[in-house]
Parts: sequence; structure tokens; C-alpha cells
Amino acid sequence: MKCRFHALAKLSVFFLLCAVLLTGVQAHAADKFPTHPLTYVVTFDPGGQSDREARRQQPHLQKLLGQQVIVDYKVGGGGAVGWKELTKTKPDGYSFYSINTPHIILQPMQQDVGYKTEQIVPVAMFQSTPLGVAVPADSPYKTMKELLEAAKKEPGALSMGGSAAFSGHHLATLRLEKLAGVSFSYVPFTGSAPQMTAALGGHVDVVFANSDDLVRFKDKIRVLAFSSAERFPHFPDAPTLKELGYDMVDSIDRGVGVPLNTPAEAIATLEAAFMEIARNPDIQKEMRDQGFVPLALGHDASVAYIKKVSAEYAELAKSIKK
Amino acid sequence: MFFSVDLLMQGFGAALSPENLLWAFVGCFVGTLVGVLPGIGPSSGIAILLPLTTFLPPTPAIIMLAAIYYGAMYGGSTTAIVVNIPGEASSVPTALDGYEMAKQGRAGAALAISAISSFVAGTVSLLGLTFFAPTLASFALYFGPPEYFALMIMGLSLVVSLAGKALLKGLVSAILGLTASLIGQNPLTGACRLTFGCEDLMAGVNFISVIIGLFALGEVFCNVEQKVTYILDNRKIEWMPKWVDVYRCRWVMLRSSVIGFFMGLLPGCSPAVTTFVAYDLEKRLSKTPERFGRGAIEGVAAPEGANNATSSGGFVPLLAFGLPTGPALAVLLGGLMMYGLQPGPLLFQSNPSFVWAIIASMYVGNVICLVLNLPLVGMWARISLIPFPILGPLILVFSVIGAYSIRFMLFDVWVTLVFGVVGYLMRKMKIPMAPMVLASVLAQMLETSLSQSLLISRGSWSVFFTRPIACVFMALAIGSIVRGLWVQYKTGGPEALADGDD
Repeated sequence: MKCRFHALAKLSVFFLLCAVLLTGVQAHAADKFPTHPLTYVVTFDPGGQSDREARRQQPHLQKLLGQQVIVDYKVGGGGAVGWKELTKTKPDGYSFYSINTPHIILQPMQQDVGYKTEQIVPVAMFQSTPLGVAVPADSPYKTMKELLEAAKKEPGALSMGGSAAFSGHHLATLRLEKLAGVSFSYVPFTGSAPQMTAALGGHVDVVFANSDDLVRFKDKIRVLAFSSAERFPHFPDAPTLKELGYDMVDSIDRGVGVPLNTPAEAIATLEAAFMEIARNPDIQKEMRDQGFVPLALGHDASVAYIKKVSAEYAELAKSIKK
Repeated sequence: MFFSVDLLMQGFGAALSPENLLWAFVGCFVGTLVGVLPGIGPSSGIAILLPLTTFLPPTPAIIMLAAIYYGAMYGGSTTAIVVNIPGEASSVPTALDGYEMAKQGRAGAALAISAISSFVAGTVSLLGLTFFAPTLASFALYFGPPEYFALMIMGLSLVVSLAGKALLKGLVSAILGLTASLIGQNPLTGACRLTFGCEDLMAGVNFISVIIGLFALGEVFCNVEQKVTYILDNRKIEWMPKWVDVYRCRWVMLRSSVIGFFMGLLPGCSPAVTTFVAYDLEKRLSKTPERFGRGAIEGVAAPEGANNATSSGGFVPLLAFGLPTGPALAVLLGGLMMYGLQPGPLLFQSNPSFVWAIIASMYVGNVICLVLNLPLVGMWARISLIPFPILGPLILVFSVIGAYSIRFMLFDVWVTLVFGVVGYLMRKMKIPMAPMVLASVLAQMLETSLSQSLLISRGSWSVFFTRPIACVFMALAIGSIVRGLWVQYKTGGPEALADGDD
């Protein structure tokens, strides 16, 4: 039951095109990018983090770019369906796709998914969810130390829930296991909703979960540690893993990307618009309240960031592939 | 968070204000439309309209989106009954008997009972939502992977009774369904299976294109071969159900409301699963089970009631915990969060007027849907009067459009055509198709919950018998299989009538 919005999107594009043709086309003839409506393709289900960010940005983008921005969906394969399409779409900057790290790094590393990480050109990265370690509120483990001691005593006895295998949650678990010399039984779920349900019901002992989900279920769970660089504002009492001596920072970051060979001018225009929104203090506050960490990485910074994270994961991934 | 008459009355006050009433009506109307069109389901209906609601305040916006969701459950049965195109997996059991009724000239009766049953079950399960939401909200939390696996096994055991006397053929059909749903990426690990290097197959074979192919196209191919001139078997036409039919279905409606409501509380138990369970239960309880699959009106009332009850049941964990039980409710949750409304126990405390206005509007919406749908019955039912040489090509066109509109991929149309041929062959070989649909509905959760359970239990299968809820479902499953085999053994020999003439 994936989404089907193209008809509506196409219809609205058609009408908008008509409107543009009828009204302002002469005035802006041969003007610079963008001269017609743009499409913001969300690669995850509506209502998810990527979609909510796109909806938040949409009105601002329209104002800044002076064109209609249509939010469309291409969902499937944990984002892979959309990213495969990204690499095949016309490189003119009129269609940009939501991208997520580490997904776009890990998927092509694991198998042939129809796209390569290098084929996606990031425009900007603007939203981050650091990962936190949490247990159900009635769990016997009060601190990270107690949890890790229990995990060390009987390797694999504690189950660690996460969203999907070979994902950000999975790799964070592996990283922690390596650094702390412990082992959990990692249990993958089909998304963060079932993952959190299992945690609330006590069906898994502990979860590595996205910050916004932890904020949502704040009063039913206990957050033991955060994998962010600094303490997470919603949980000031939870230490960072770094403070505890485990040198790891893990998060899921979101941005938008375009295909290779997109004109630099188009990328620059889009980047400027996204960066202005990302730096807007009102938007930043709204994001923080919902449990997100606002980012403001431009094109160059995003390219460098993806490169850096890729190298880190390549090493880690080798150890799971076996 | 707890129920109070005052709050509910205030809710009704708000729901009956002209503005909210208008948006509830719009939602019901769009929902019915979305339900009637094959391929477009409630989740995409809600998602399409989500951006359009931004100019509305939260209460009417959510009233409208919720109305689309349950409205679609009313419309979903229409094409299944009239032309044998189940637009959603949940309409498949409806098509089994509904289309048979249409062929007997009783399409009107089938459509009307489906609207009435939807209304009764929708209202009954709303009562559940109103009075027990806080108590029942934690129900979903008792279900971990082992419980889900046991529940899915129980679901799968229905194959035995769905297959009737053709047990071996039923199993073949179920295995086909399980295999088809393996195609694509493993939902947990992303590893590709049975894709043969074809990138289009990576996202899996879409379930709705398979159903449209099996049912609608397969039927058309068979009719073409037999040079059918009218899909009607006789010209004696009954536009409306007789009161005796409605009366006969009274317990059916209530039972399916209860089943639908409780299964609706569980994440992942889509209406598709509940409709099969409700259908099967009625078949077992019936004194004349042989009528099922050949135009039994209870066979329409049960699944139609169950899917509406499921959709209202899903609001319990959504509002009380912020847990969506299916894709459509996930979109609705996104809508709530876009308005800065954080579902959970706090929502009942901080925004009681909002919560109770939504719940009250659902009562109102169910009445609107009934009033909207009953008068249309005559119009839809007359479709079966169209001569087949005209109707057949129209069904083909709508099937292709429906398949394409699922994800807007031409690939899905090919899938539909291929499964049309499969459906034709299955009809020729008298292999029942319902087990195949049921198996593919259950397959994903069966697989993921099995691997999760075994990871949690560290490889021990005893986990399915040591946890009380899981054990009960396992016992039910085993009981149901044994009973099915016993009945078959006792009656002995194949009975051609029970073969899947879907």
C-alpha cells in the first residue's frame, strides 16, 4: 500500500504550468533557475521524519525560490527505490530527493541496490536525530554501567531492539559492542514504530533509538546514554557515550540530494534556500522541541561529511559482513 | 484521560457544529470515493489531502482525515461485489460471496448489507473506543514478536477451512502466496530474494496488483472463453436486502465488530487479516457452511463489519499511545504531529475537547457514510445489467488503471497481467484463490516475527508455548487444523462444490 500521488502532482504541475504560462512567463523569460515548479521527492512514507521536515520547509522554499514546490513520494526498499530514481532523473535541479545517512552509504555497501553513494550529490543536510540507549521505565538497569555489566556477564542475554538490520541502529549497536567489549542479541524491527512498541511492552531489554522517538515516549522509558557529541537537551541527565569513555557519535541525518551533472548554479540556488531555512531560529526551535537536532551543512560540508562517515562505516561494515 | 459524559457531550457539540459537520461530510465523501476506486487506498487518500488541510484548524482537519479513513472502508466493497475487483486485500473475503450474490442478481442486497454491517460494526467499535480506550490502550503492548508469530500461525491455519474439501489445492495456493510475498527485499535485512537481478522486483510484487490480476482479470478471461453475455445468472433482481436478511445477520455483525475491534488494537493486524478471520468464524459457526463462497449474505456482512471495526479500533492505540497500527494511521499520526498535537495519555488531558470532538465526529461520520452509501446501492448494482462484451473491457481498463495507480509504475501493470493469467489457470484447475491471498497477507509479519522471536529467545522454539498469549493462539491454530482435517476425514472424499469457484 505505497503511496500514489503522482496523478495529483502531475495535475497540479499541469495547472501551475498553465497559470505560469498565462501570467508571468514573459516577465521571467530566460530568467535564471528556477523558472518553473520544482518537485521535492520524499523517499519515505508520509508522516515520517523526512516528510514532516519537507512539509515544514515547503512554504519557505516556495517563498525563497519564487516557485511552487510540490512534495511527492517515492517509497520503498528503505529509501532505495527513491534513490535509484534520483540517479536516473533529469539533472536539472528541478527534482530533489530527501536523503538520509547512513542509509545512502550502507545500502550500496551491502548489495546492488541500483544506485551508488557517489551518484547522489547532496545539496544540504538540515536535520539530525542522535541515537540514544533506552530501557523500559520498569527495567532493572538504572545506568549504562549496570546495563553493560549485565551484558558482559552473559554475552547475548540482553536483547537490543533497533530498526532494520544493517542500519544506523544496528551499526551503532555493533560499535558499542566493540568499544565496550560486550555483546547483545540485536533484534531488528521493520521500522521505528514497531521498535518502540516492543520497547514499551518490555519485549526487548534495551533499544538504540532515534532521539525524536525517545522524546515522544519520554515518560515510559529511561534513557541511559546518548550517542551525541553533547548531552541531548531533552534528557540532560543522560550522559553521552563519549563521557562514559566510549568514543562514538552516531546519528541519522537527513538532507536533500540531486543527481550527478546537475548544473552548479542550480545546486547553489537550492543550497542557499535550504541553508536560509536551516538557519531560521524559529524553525530551529520547533525542531528542537520535537526532539530533532537542527543541522546546517551546505553542499561542500555535506559532501565532506558523507565522505567521512563512509570511511568510518566501510571499516565497521567489513566486520559484520564476514 | 478518562471517559466522562460531559466531555463526550461537548465533543458532540463540537462535532455537530456546521463547520466540523461539513468537513466530516467531505471526508466521508472522499473516503467513499477513494474506497470505490481500486488501487487507491485510504493511506494515499489521506496523504493526498494532508497538505490541503493546512488551511484548516486542527480539529476539522483531523475530523476530515479520519473520515476519509473509515469512509474508504465503506466504499471498498463496491467494486469487489459488483465486478469482482477487490481494491484492497481486506475486500477479498467480501468478493468471495459478494460477487456470487451479484451474479445471482442480488448485488443490491450485498451492497446494502455491507453498508449496514459497516455502520453497525463501526458504531459498536466506537463504543469500545469511547468507554474503554484508556483501559485497552496497553493491549497492544502485551503483543511481542512471539505473540504475533502465534497469531499469524492461527491466521494461516484458516487455510484449512478456506480451502474446504480441496485441502491439497488450498495448500498449493497458500504456498504460492507465501512464495510470491518473498519476492523482493527481506523486510529486516534488505537482502534481495527471488529478484533474479531485476531491480523492479526489489521493492516486491505489489500485493494489490496481484489481487486485481487474480480476481478481476482471471474472471474476465474465463468469461471471455465461455462467451458470457451477462454476468448475471438470472434476471430476477433484488435491489435491496429484505429485513429478514438484515435480521439474520444481526449476530454476525456483532461478532465481527468485536473481532475487528480487538484485532484493530494490534499494530500490524491490517483489516485484511481481520476480515479473513471474521469470514472464517462465520463459516464455522454457520449451520450451512456450504453456502459460503456461493453467495451467502453472512459472508458479506462479516468481513465488511470487521474491517470497519478494525479501523475504529486502530484509533485506540493511536490516540492513547501515539502508536499507529497501519500505514493509513501512520499518515494520520503525521498529520497530528504536524499540528503539534502529541498523541498519548497527555493528549486526553491537555486537549480533551479535541480528542472528544474527533471521537464524537466518528459517530456522526458513520451515519453520514450510511446515508451516503445506501442510496448509491441501486446505481452500483445496475452495473451488472451491462452486457458483458461492454462490461468486460471496462473491467480490464479499470484493473489496469487501478494497478498503475498503486505506485505509478508500469511494472505493476505487468504484474497484474501475469497474475491475471495465473488467476485464469487457477480457476481452470479449480485451485481456490483465497488461501493464496491470505497467505501473502500474513507472510511478512509471519517471517519477521519468527526471526525476531528466535533472536529474542536465542534460538529456542519453546518461546511460542511458554508465553501465555502465544500459547493460546498456538493451541487455537492446532485445534483449527485438527478440526479441519477431522471434518474432511469424516465427510470423506472430494466434494466438487466446495472447490474454489471464487
